[in-house]
Amino acid sequence: MARVPMQSLSSPQGRIFQVEYAQEAVKQGSVVVGLVNKTHAVLVGLKRNAEELSSYQKKIIEIDSHMGIAIAGLASDARVLSNYMKQQSLGSRMTYGRPIPVDRIVTQIADRAQTNTQHYGKRPYGVGLLVAGVDEAGPHLFEFQPSGMIHEMLACAIGARSQMARTYLERNLDKITNSTRDELITHGLRALKETLSQDKELTVDNTSVGVVGLAGEEGKGKIESFKLYEGQQLVPLLEAVESGETKEEETMEVDS
Amino acid sequence: MMSFMGHQPQSQAVGYTFSQPTNAPNKEHSFYPYTDNGGSTLGITGADFAILAGDTRSVAGYNINSRYAPKVFKIGGDDDTGEGAHIILSVVGFAADGQALKERLDAVVKMYKYQHGKPMSVRACAQRLSTILYQKRFFPYYVHAILAGLDEEGKGALYSYDPVGSYEREQCRAAGSAASLIMPFLDNQVNFKNQYIPSSGDGHALEPKKPEPLPRETVEQLVRDAFTSAVERHIEVGDGLQMMVITQNGIEEIYTPLKKD
Amino acid sequence: MNHYPEVWGRPRDDIYGPYNSSYLQTTGPKTHTQSPAVTGTSVIAVKFNGGVAIAADNLASYGSLARFTDVKRLRVFGDSAVVGFSGDVSDMQYIDRLLESLDIRENYSTHGNMMNAKNLHTYLSKVLYKRRSEFNPLWNHILVAGFDEDKKPFLSSADLLGTTYSAPHLATGFGAHLAIPILRRLFPEEKPLEEISKGEAEAALRECLKVLWYRDARSLDKYSIAVITAEGVEIKEDQVIEAQSWAFAESIRGYGAQVN
Repeated sequence: MARVPMQSLSSPQGRIFQVEYAQEAVKQGSVVVGLVNKTHAVLVGLKRNAEELSSYQKKIIEIDSHMGIAIAGLASDARVLSNYMKQQSLGSRMTYGRPIPVDRIVTQIADRAQTNTQHYGKRPYGVGLLVAGVDEAGPHLFEFQPSGMIHEMLACAIGARSQMARTYLERNLDKITNSTRDELITHGLRALKETLSQDKELTVDNTSVGVVGLAGEEGKGKIESFKLYEGQQLVPLLEAVESGETKEEETMEVDS
Repeated sequence: MMSFMGHQPQSQAVGYTFSQPTNAPNKEHSFYPYTDNGGSTLGITGADFAILAGDTRSVAGYNINSRYAPKVFKIGGDDDTGEGAHIILSVVGFAADGQALKERLDAVVKMYKYQHGKPMSVRACAQRLSTILYQKRFFPYYVHAILAGLDEEGKGALYSYDPVGSYEREQCRAAGSAASLIMPFLDNQVNFKNQYIPSSGDGHALEPKKPEPLPRETVEQLVRDAFTSAVERHIEVGDGLQMMVITQNGIEEIYTPLKKD
Repeated sequence: MNHYPEVWGRPRDDIYGPYNSSYLQTTGPKTHTQSPAVTGTSVIAVKFNGGVAIAADNLASYGSLARFTDVKRLRVFGDSAVVGFSGDVSDMQYIDRLLESLDIRENYSTHGNMMNAKNLHTYLSKVLYKRRSEFNPLWNHILVAGFDEDKKPFLSSADLLGTTYSAPHLATGFGAHLAIPILRRLFPEEKPLEEISKGEAEAALRECLKVLWYRDARSLDKYSIAVITAEGVEIKEDQVIEAQSWAFAESIRGYGAQVN
């Protein structure tokens, strides 16, 4: 493979190929979806196993009790970023006694990623992240790309075939924004389902769900801590998707 | 000229000198980085629980800084609610060091959970705490720490430390300013020291009473008695008693007032 | 082996010769450890229903010399926190610069998430503890007043060793001896905060400052007082101790030459 020389700009069109290659790695990673309503932020991910005999990769990682990330791309690069975020959030708790505000930690990783695109001998992170968290201003979802680009999103999907999920999210944005916590998860799973090829379906093995939000009346603290649903814990969530679908179809028939 | 500990004749008598021949006058080293914030802590284990307790008074000399300054902390739980913690730590001595130590151990336990995806065992945490203390061997955390939780078999586990990291698993331990008042009471009431089975023999043949794990109610009452007595005899102990009971069902925190005089 | 524990494990003179400790002495103890130079005396504060009141006089002393008589020792942070400093004034000004840059950093955030008094206190106590651990302390004892994350009144202290504690009323320096007993009498700790009004709290602080002015030789009758409520910080920096009564001095008996 030819060695790509690192220059600040490598093309007359003003494109930085290294960054575009890194973004390609994100597109090849398995899909993750993130979405927020007024109280919660949800991450869902499709886990792949490298081969039949191997375990499934980790798609959603808890960073702190108020924040988690979903990853698409090079898992090892994600681990570096995740470790950095964990250190930063522990640091914030240690020095200020407060959970780190979501926008601030996202800006920090963006700045790191941008530095990687500008210096000789470095390479961009080959991973995209969805960061979901809550702070004083409520729930947030951020998209992060290897270029160092960050956006706050209402709903977002990155990774392989994520366009299908985005289409779903765009079509249902109003419903998502006004949904309840459980409905939000169902919308996330449905968006994820859209990306699957014909022969695949969501199972307790290949799905991962992360939820964080403001606590309701019965909650102990002020926030509902980040919770990762995997394996058997997913059964009711997946059932909700199934039952919802049959209902949807019926209503659609009535409508037409 | 300064002589070592002002015991020159005695030192010579025992055959060593640390006399310091020097021209430089000793400059005053006025900043002393430690203080004693007083108070006492106490831990006792049972068959399926462990209790850590401490009074809540914080002192500086003869002044009372605060009547509610907790010395017992949950480790590895949520910062706001303490939820998810399965280890408790008490620190007594220099409060700022105690706070720093608690926060470091808390971060360690959280990083362990993050990296390994499972909670740290009490045994591992106990070992790690020893290392943390020993790493500051030459500028120690000036605290007596006690760590408690449930071991792999679900039995109460209690580890006590000196300021530089020597540690030991024990049934019970008192630490802090009233430790010397409480510990003998514990020896007698928990480990049944100096208690013998009546008419089991004459003189040295008298059979000692065998210690066995005590039920929770008994232990809680022992803790209360130990502290109410310590309050009477030690000026740095008082105001409130904070107790944490760790069982299979989690950590229960109990606060009871003590005399405020 | 003998029965002098301090000797155990040490080289014996008859075998190794006397211990040469000259290398220990060439440098001498570190000299960068400062002692305070220009200092401020007590800061006092008390919580009340819906807020905190805090006060300190405007004097900076140089030893027993009343050196600067218009030094503001209360510093407002953000819109709902006040830090009161006693101890070294140059270290106070250094911390003030730290707070200034922290405040600027905080204001970049677009999502709110501003630091409250509790966060500020945690930060300051970490700064103080770090410096004491480097044997280069910031020679201050500070009180932080404001609100915590639940919007409840917050009052806490941190000193040059990094020791922290909080109570319904706090005082540094001489105030710990003179003001605390007065405040404890006026507002017993069993008394719920809801029963202490803003006016009572403020009046109590003014009364305590008067006692301090009478009995603390390094104090001044010009002072600052800040009252923090949900509405914001109300700070007055040019207060004067009023209704001073020195008549009592006439009736003091039992000290000095006049015994009866």
